[in-house]
Amino acid sequence: MPPSALAIRAVGLTKRYGDAVALDGVDLSVESGTVHGLLGPNGAGKTTAVRILTTLTRFDAGSAEVSGHDVRTAPRMVRRAIGLTGQQTAVDDLLTARQNLVMFGRLFRLDKGSSRRRADELLDQFSLSGDADRTPKKFSGGMRRRLDLAASMILAPRVLFLDEPTTGLDPAGRREVWQAVRELAAGGTTVLLTTHYLDEADQLCDRISVVDHGRNLVEDTPSGLKRRIGDERLELTVADPADLDEAARLVEKVTDATPDRADDGTTLSVPVPDGVGALTEVAAEVRAAGLTVADIGLRRPTLDEAFLQLTDQQPDATKEQVR
Amino acid sequence: MTAVPQANAAGDAPATETLVDRARWAVKDSWTIVVQEFLHLVHQPSTFAWQLGMPVVMVLMFVYVFGSAMDVTGMGAGVGYVDYAMPGMFAMTIAFGFMNTAFPVAFNKEKGFVDRFRSMPMSSSAVVTGRGVADIIQAAIDLAVIVGIALLIGWRPGGTPGETLAAFGLLLWLRLALIFVGVWIGLRVKNTEAAGSLFAIAFPLGFISSVFAPPDMMPGWLGAVAAWNPVSSTASAIRELFHTPGVELATSGYWIEGHAVAGAVVWPALITLAFLPLAVRQFQRLGR
Repeated sequence: MPPSALAIRAVGLTKRYGDAVALDGVDLSVESGTVHGLLGPNGAGKTTAVRILTTLTRFDAGSAEVSGHDVRTAPRMVRRAIGLTGQQTAVDDLLTARQNLVMFGRLFRLDKGSSRRRADELLDQFSLSGDADRTPKKFSGGMRRRLDLAASMILAPRVLFLDEPTTGLDPAGRREVWQAVRELAAGGTTVLLTTHYLDEADQLCDRISVVDHGRNLVEDTPSGLKRRIGDERLELTVADPADLDEAARLVEKVTDATPDRADDGTTLSVPVPDGVGALTEVAAEVRAAGLTVADIGLRRPTLDEAFLQLTDQQPDATKEQVR
Repeated sequence: MTAVPQANAAGDAPATETLVDRARWAVKDSWTIVVQEFLHLVHQPSTFAWQLGMPVVMVLMFVYVFGSAMDVTGMGAGVGYVDYAMPGMFAMTIAFGFMNTAFPVAFNKEKGFVDRFRSMPMSSSAVVTGRGVADIIQAAIDLAVIVGIALLIGWRPGGTPGETLAAFGLLLWLRLALIFVGVWIGLRVKNTEAAGSLFAIAFPLGFISSVFAPPDMMPGWLGAVAAWNPVSSTASAIRELFHTPGVELATSGYWIEGHAVAGAVVWPALITLAFLPLAVRQFQRLGR
C-alpha cells in the first residue's frame, strides 16, 4: 500500500505500565482526509494510543507511522506533520488569545510577521476575532477549546489528533467544537479523535474503531456499526401501566416475538424486520382494543446500544482498567 | 487569505538539522518562553506582588517585631540587627525562589502545556531553559525590590563595590542551582496542590539557617544543621562581603561558617551536579 494513502498506520501497538497492559496489540489505519474515531470507555487505551502516535509516549512493541514518518525513528518529522489537542485545554490563561497564537507560531518556527498573520487568520477561522485581545480565562468552554484547536492548527497539520475534544463542555460548546472539526475535515485535514461520547463519533466520523481493554473490537462506519446490532426496534408506550399486559399480547400477536419490557412499566420494545408494516399493524390492533397509547414509533439502535453490546461480548478475564 | 504555512511541505527545513541549527533554535525557543513568562507579569502583576509579599512582611516583622529583642552582634538588643538580618532576608528570598520554579512547572505539566510543547517541533530543552532564564531575571528583580526596602530602613553594604557585586552574584548563583531543584520537584509532584505544600520544605530550609540568627547561638545539634544548610553559607558569605558589623565568622564554632564564601560557591555547584541530571531524567521519564 503506498504510504501516501494512509495518514496513520499502526500495527500491533503494545504498551505496558509495569504489569498493567494499556495497549495489547492495537491496529489502526486511517486514510488521508478522513475523520476517524477511536471509541471506547475510560481506560480502553484511547489516550495511550494518541500519546504514542503524537510521540509523547514510548511503546513496547508494534510499529506506527504518521504521515509516512516512523514515530519511533523520526519523531521530529512526525511533530512537524501533526497537531495535538489534548484532553486538557493547553492555552495560556494569562496571555490574550492573540498572544497565545503568536507564541505558538514562534515555537513552530514562523518568523514574527508570519506568526502574527497566521494568528489573525486562525482567530478569524475559529470565529475568535472579536475576542482576540481578551485572555481565555473569561472565555466559555467552547471558546477555549476553539482557541486550543487554533493553536494546534498553526502549521495546517496533515494529521490532527483530538483527545476527547468535548469532554466537560456544555451542549453549546460541543456544537461549536463539532462545527470547527467539520470545517477542518472539509479542508482536507485528517483527524483522529478519541471520544466516549457515541453521538460525537456518530456525528463527526467517517469510520470508527471501537477499542476496549487495549484491543480493537471492531472497525466500521457509524451506520455499519449500528447495522451490526441488528434490526430496527418498535417501541410502544402505554398511558396506563395496567394496559401493559394487553399491549404486550397484541404486539406479540403481530410480531411473533415477546417484547422486552422497560423498567418504567409502560414501555415495550421488540426488534422488527419489517418496521413500517409492523408499526401499522400494531397501531391498528391497539386502537381496536381501545388502549390509550402515549407514544409509538420505530427506532434505529443507538450507538450506545451498539457499543454496550460490542463490549459485553468481551470475555471478563481481560477486564482490568488501565488509565 | 495569505498562504498557510504547510506542515512538512517541500522547502521546509531539512529533516536533519546540524548541531549549530539545533543550538540556535534552542536559544530562540527558550527566548519565546521567557517572553511568555514576562507577559504573565504584565497581565497578572499580582503574582509578582504575592511572591514579594512574603519577604517584605518578614523584613518588617523580624526587624521591628523580634529584632528589637535580638542581640546577635554582642552590642546589645536590637543594635545592628537590620544590618544582620537584611543579608539573611536576601538569602531567604532567593532560597524560597525554588518554589517559584516548581509551582509553574507543576502547573504546566498538569495543564497539558508540557505535552503540547513536546508534541511540537520545538527544542524540548527550551521548556526548561526558558523557565530558568525567566526565573533568574525575576530573582534579580525580586532582589532589587528587597534591597530597595533594605536601603530604605537603613541597611548599607559596607564593602567595596566589587564585594557588593560579588555578594549579589553569589545569591543568583544559589538561585541558579535551585532552578534545577524546582524543575525536578515540579515534574515529580502529581499536581499543583502538591507543589503548594512545598512550604513544608521551604520553611525549615529558610529558618534553620543563619538567616535570622547565628548557628552558634542555637542548641548544638540544631546549630550544626543550620550551619551546614547551604542557605547559611550564602547568607554568611554575603554578610562577610557586606562587612556586616559584629559578624565574626572566623571565630564561629562551625568550620563551614568560617569558610562561608567557599561554601557559597561550592554548595550551589554540588546542588547543580546532583539535581541537573535528576531534572533531565525526570523530563525524559515523561515519555514513559
